[in-house]
Amino acid sequence: MFYRQAGDFKKSYREDIQTFALRQDRRAYYVLMAIAFLVVPFFINDYWASAVLLPFLILSIAALGLNILTGYCGQVSLGTGGFMAVGAYACYKIMTSFPDLNIMIVVLLAGLVTALVGLVFGIPSLRIKGFYLAVATLAAQFFLVWLFNKVPWFYNYSASGQINAPARSMFGFNITGAEAHAPARYLFCLALVVLLAWAARNLTRGRMGRSWMAIRDMDIAAEIIGVDPLKTKLSAFAISSFYIGVAGALFFSVYLGAVEVGEVFGINQSFLVLFMIIIGGLGSIMGSFIGAAFLILVPVLLKNVMVNGFGWPTDIAAHIEFILIGGLIMLFLIVEPHGLAQLWRIAKEKLLLWPFPH
Amino acid sequence: MNKGAALSSGIDTGEEILSVRNISLSFGGVKALTDISFDLLKGEVRAIIGPNGAGKSSMLNVINGFYHPQQGEVWYCGSKRKSLKPHQIAYQGIARTFQNIALFKGMSTLDNIMTGRFTHMRSNIVSQAFWRGPAEREEIANREKVEDIIEFLEIQAIRKTPVGRLPYGLQKRVELGRALAAEPVLLLLDEPMAGMNIEEKEDMSRFILDVQQEFGTTIALIEHDMGVVMDISDRVVVLDYGKKIGDGTPDEVRNNQAVIDAYLGVPHE
Repeated sequence: MFYRQAGDFKKSYREDIQTFALRQDRRAYYVLMAIAFLVVPFFINDYWASAVLLPFLILSIAALGLNILTGYCGQVSLGTGGFMAVGAYACYKIMTSFPDLNIMIVVLLAGLVTALVGLVFGIPSLRIKGFYLAVATLAAQFFLVWLFNKVPWFYNYSASGQINAPARSMFGFNITGAEAHAPARYLFCLALVVLLAWAARNLTRGRMGRSWMAIRDMDIAAEIIGVDPLKTKLSAFAISSFYIGVAGALFFSVYLGAVEVGEVFGINQSFLVLFMIIIGGLGSIMGSFIGAAFLILVPVLLKNVMVNGFGWPTDIAAHIEFILIGGLIMLFLIVEPHGLAQLWRIAKEKLLLWPFPH
Repeated sequence: MNKGAALSSGIDTGEEILSVRNISLSFGGVKALTDISFDLLKGEVRAIIGPNGAGKSSMLNVINGFYHPQQGEVWYCGSKRKSLKPHQIAYQGIARTFQNIALFKGMSTLDNIMTGRFTHMRSNIVSQAFWRGPAEREEIANREKVEDIIEFLEIQAIRKTPVGRLPYGLQKRVELGRALAAEPVLLLLDEPMAGMNIEEKEDMSRFILDVQQEFGTTIALIEHDMGVVMDISDRVVVLDYGKKIGDGTPDEVRNNQAVIDAYLGVPHE
């Protein structure tokens, strides 16, 4: 009744293929963008930035990247943590080698370095499929973490073995380092998220996205249509790694500031991002965001309610949080195995007809 | 870009567009094809028939590059074809459908057919990431061609339906649409009417003949329904146990003793 497509006519193919086909969806999107860019920066403080919004935004980028590879191209990867580490260390090396370089360029360059590394680790995907590929990428995960621990050149021979982000600024606001300005960090990440999500949407709706999905759904048929499996899989690996590398660079430089590779970019990180896209929805841009929001925001919410709201001890709250999150994941996956994005899509389809479904 | 139109432009209707010469293919000790030769003339409907296991699908797989025969040559558009991969052969204007439906289940009808336009699109990663500009223009130009095919196959109503939800007959039709979207010079159809009821078979026969007449596409078709084969094909080649046992017009093949024996069986002394 309130959410409808009646009267919303498409007069050209251009209007037909736009991202938000319904006028109401488009308006909701513009409102959301306006709030995110114009309202939130004035209210954000260090707690909100560090505990909630930055991890959500940064891991959304990682989830987008993994979704391109796993959700769209069908190549399962457990190497996300390792590729994030590549992004982080590339970012660190570029930051320390070229102190004058703009931080935005540094982050994007770190993404490019990761894309090249991802390309190399994508080569086995031509021969190995499914679970076996997952195991092959697992090797990448462990190898990369081992490499960054083992070779002192990567952490500039520092005694602790950690990498620390030096202070860098944009437009006079500190984005990285100890003095970083919360709204500036937030806006920096938000701008990258919007840019990358937009690019991901464009890549997945056109020729390239269709070739990825064709390889995912039926590789033999894809090949007789003219899709080169080699190029297609490698392009998915490279672009996915670019996103994950950018996420890793931001995770290190903007979010944490100091990183010990085994702790931050271990296998747990890989699983976290993989669970995000499974819960959010494979093969969906929206799903990447919903999944990241679910696994980052819900725990924070639960903790706040239980510890600050009910005054329960933190250790008990932490355990209950595990139980609740696990239960919710199972519930959602039983209700809709294709993830929350699919649930959202079905809800919208129903809403279009509500309250007169016949 | 798809070179099919350019390659075949020098060949007039009724001249040879593709021929297989002395093809032998074996898997280990199993001989799938033995010394097979036949040709396809531009603009004709050429049926390949034979009992189960005769090597018909293997023959199509040789033509579009899935199998590389141990012996023999494939001549295409007047020159001997090098050993190419299937995706390279797609760029030469050969398209095909599969015996078991091989649609992209996660995509809509429209996206499936748009994927068929792959060889006619060329925008690179950067322009696709920006979308506005060349990528969008290319998308819309190809969308128009796809809409023509959707109209031709009368599947406007299911344009945005995920193909997994469609009934079998429509899925077959979408698969034909996907192959047609490539604007093929040569279209290989592997049992396009398997599992269909009479009405669906009639529809499909009509589409195949329309494709031949409207687009001038050469069609090679494998089919088990003899009524359909004899009605719509111009010439028929018959395989049995990997050997060619008959070749000619439907009437010639129908009266060929070897073909009758293969289909009806002969008493063994």
